[in-house]
Amino acid sequence: MKLKLLWALACIAVLPAHAKTVETVLDNGMKVIVREDHRAPVVVSQVWYRIGSTYEHDGISGVSHVLEHMMFKGTKSLKPGEFSEIIAANGGRENAFTSRDYTAYFQQIASDRLEICLKLEADRMRNVVFLADEFKKEVAVVQEERRWRVDNKPKSQLFEQFYATAFLTSPLRIPTIGWMNDLENLQMEDASLWYQKWYAPNNATLVIVGNVNSDEVFRLANQYFADIKPSVIEPPKPRPEIAQTGERRINLYGQTSSPYLLMGYKAPVLSTLKDNIKDIYAMDVLSGILDGGNSARVAKKMLRGEEIAVEAGTSYDPFDRLAGLFIFAGTPNEGITPQRLEQAFISEIRDLQENPVTQQELERVKAQVIARKVFDQDSTFNLGMQIGMLDSVGYDYKLLDTYVDNVRRVTAEDVQRVARQYFDKNKLTVATLWPEEEIGNK
Amino acid sequence: MNTMLFKWSVALIASFTCVIQSAHALDIRSWETSNGVKVLFVESHELPIVDVRMTFKAGSSRDGTLYGLSRLVNSLLVEGTGKYSAEDIALTFESTGSEQSHDSLRDMAWVSLRSLSDQTLLDKTSDLFARVVALPSFPQDAIDRDRQSMLVSLANRKTRIADVVEDAFFHHVYRDHAYEVGSHGSEETLKSITQQDLIDFHTRYYVAKNANLSLVGDLTMEQARQYAEQLTRYLKPGKSAEPIAAASPAPSAKTINIPFKTSQTHIMQGMPILSRKDPDYYALYVGNHILGGSGFSSRLMQEIRENRGLSYSVYSYFMPMENSGPFEMALQTKNHQAEEATALLQKLLTDFIDNGPNEDELDHARKNITGGFPLKIDSNKKIVDYLAVIGFYDLPLDYLDNFNANILAVTRSDIQDAFKRRVKPNNMVRIIVGGES
Repeated sequence: MKLKLLWALACIAVLPAHAKTVETVLDNGMKVIVREDHRAPVVVSQVWYRIGSTYEHDGISGVSHVLEHMMFKGTKSLKPGEFSEIIAANGGRENAFTSRDYTAYFQQIASDRLEICLKLEADRMRNVVFLADEFKKEVAVVQEERRWRVDNKPKSQLFEQFYATAFLTSPLRIPTIGWMNDLENLQMEDASLWYQKWYAPNNATLVIVGNVNSDEVFRLANQYFADIKPSVIEPPKPRPEIAQTGERRINLYGQTSSPYLLMGYKAPVLSTLKDNIKDIYAMDVLSGILDGGNSARVAKKMLRGEEIAVEAGTSYDPFDRLAGLFIFAGTPNEGITPQRLEQAFISEIRDLQENPVTQQELERVKAQVIARKVFDQDSTFNLGMQIGMLDSVGYDYKLLDTYVDNVRRVTAEDVQRVARQYFDKNKLTVATLWPEEEIGNK
Repeated sequence: MNTMLFKWSVALIASFTCVIQSAHALDIRSWETSNGVKVLFVESHELPIVDVRMTFKAGSSRDGTLYGLSRLVNSLLVEGTGKYSAEDIALTFESTGSEQSHDSLRDMAWVSLRSLSDQTLLDKTSDLFARVVALPSFPQDAIDRDRQSMLVSLANRKTRIADVVEDAFFHHVYRDHAYEVGSHGSEETLKSITQQDLIDFHTRYYVAKNANLSLVGDLTMEQARQYAEQLTRYLKPGKSAEPIAAASPAPSAKTINIPFKTSQTHIMQGMPILSRKDPDYYALYVGNHILGGSGFSSRLMQEIRENRGLSYSVYSYFMPMENSGPFEMALQTKNHQAEEATALLQKLLTDFIDNGPNEDELDHARKNITGGFPLKIDSNKKIVDYLAVIGFYDLPLDYLDNFNANILAVTRSDIQDAFKRRVKPNNMVRIIVGGES
């Protein structure tokens, strides 16, 4: 694709004039970020707490997620389940999720009902009541959740153990759902202490996207949250990952017909780079060169060309809080060993290290990034997610505005440079899932 | 390429909880292209995006005895057309930042495209889109490759408990019916499919009279007309597919136990019931919302998860299809609780059939469904999804306009009457896939 088309794309992809995001910080330290979007009479309201599994330690793994469940189980003024009942009666949809670095609670509702969401969220920020009976049932539910998500899904087990192998000292090794043993031994006091410690206005951000007036939202936020006193939030002890100076490998046998391969190289994120911030955008582009659709290298050479894999891809997040992994994953085709698949990925890496990528590929990736930025505007929920995910790990959400330009600046030399720097076999962890009946090599 | 948003890993753990009535929910324009494709269009200029979905009655219910044929045809559409190879096709779409996708299920097969709305970009991809849907070349190496991929997928299905449950459910509920085997097909039949089979299927079903086109976005009416003509230009007129026959429920209740190595038993039960244009549609919809379709407010969630902690996910659902789509109830629980959970699930169902909902529950359901209506159409993506369904199932164009009124018109006795007549525990199939504790 010609540069001219790319330039044309960039001109088209200019956002509507009113599309801007504004923020304020309440006196108690709570951040409020609002983006007006008047396309539909709805709003998404999200409260993001800066707490997740990377703040946990062995023995209480999964506590952030269990606490998330408990947030629906009653406050001083609400019975268990009443929160959800009220939102439902107002025509709202709601849910919550816990991740490695944050726990977020959201409602999607007609925009004239925003106030009830804020009132209820303010209430449960401080007033959750822990009842022994409710806690016991909810931990049982989370154990079923673990059985459903992980224990009976060998690929999920592989992933969990892969992370715990790649990361020895970093809290990234802790599964967000929690180890089953920890869930079985979790006490109500563990959850309530966690709540006291981390749930505070100065450890939270309210993100609102939709058919609202930002000044009105700030007024409501003040009305409902300003009286909540801040806590002293003690940051967790730093737990950097020790330098990896040699490859690590694990094998897992499970109920599967095909093997499955995970490879992870230690990768930078925004917070770990001082001088070479552009590295993260180059890595992101590299990921797109490999796995950015059916014309990308993995599909072209590994799925179609040599038919080595039935599915394969890469994964990388430049904006994670803690330095993570650049991941290669795939299912080998019938008659292909996971070792062969691994060699194919290594071969792709070598190609990236030895030969600059083509202009055509770079333009394709950039065109996709430009277009995707526009497509992202279609979903208020996704916009809220993007803002919350950046803010909750300590990044400026305005990175969303500079993202496209930063990607557009990436050159073939940049991609080659990061391929050489970060795909070092001494920084690699490999995890292989084997069908149960097979022991050792095929 | 992965954006920040789509975190690839399993790190995001959802807690699973599973009014405004405007005179005109959506301004839907409709017309036919010159070769007979019905088009539905919603104009929206707030974002420079155009969404396209072209649907065909070409799902697995059309496989006949060649299970897997429809999915193979659909996947091969992008593997070559005329002088364009799979790579040419992919690059043309992707180099403009467009997102092309396609899939097929039991009723519907589709090809979608999301693009920026600039006319030069649309022109770059519209002809290729038209060729992809109408003139696939079915190269032999691609046939072998995609077939292989489907076979590998099938083998893995047998090792995944959720797939084992689903396959057993459809096999027993829809025995000898077009819905029995899903789009993943079966090993034996996949191996026997020839290039001619693919061509014949495509020739029969990917035709104008069997197609619907949905457009949403930044186009004027005139641009939309032209774009629709371009996208459909190579489709032959053809004929609409034959209607799907009704499925008969099992003559008596049956339970199928499938042993499986697992720490958690999966239970699913149901029977064929709901068609898209079913006269009982709204009564069953509202009733189901109360029973098990509304997340935390529902009876199933309350009793099974909230009160007893037996399952993380429990639900009931009527899947509306062209004819007699399944009613399903499902949950998963650790092995030694399976008996208790199964009995409770059944009791909650029979209680609901015998006594219906109470007034509070109905009131709550009405508020939740009608109050949440604007959320159904608050993005271009959701709107194109709705247009596709309205067009494919030939629903009235005012389906969305009248939705809330239809919901509010449902009474307690409507629900009780509809459930008693249609939902028959004595004709249900129950699948239990589990292990020893």
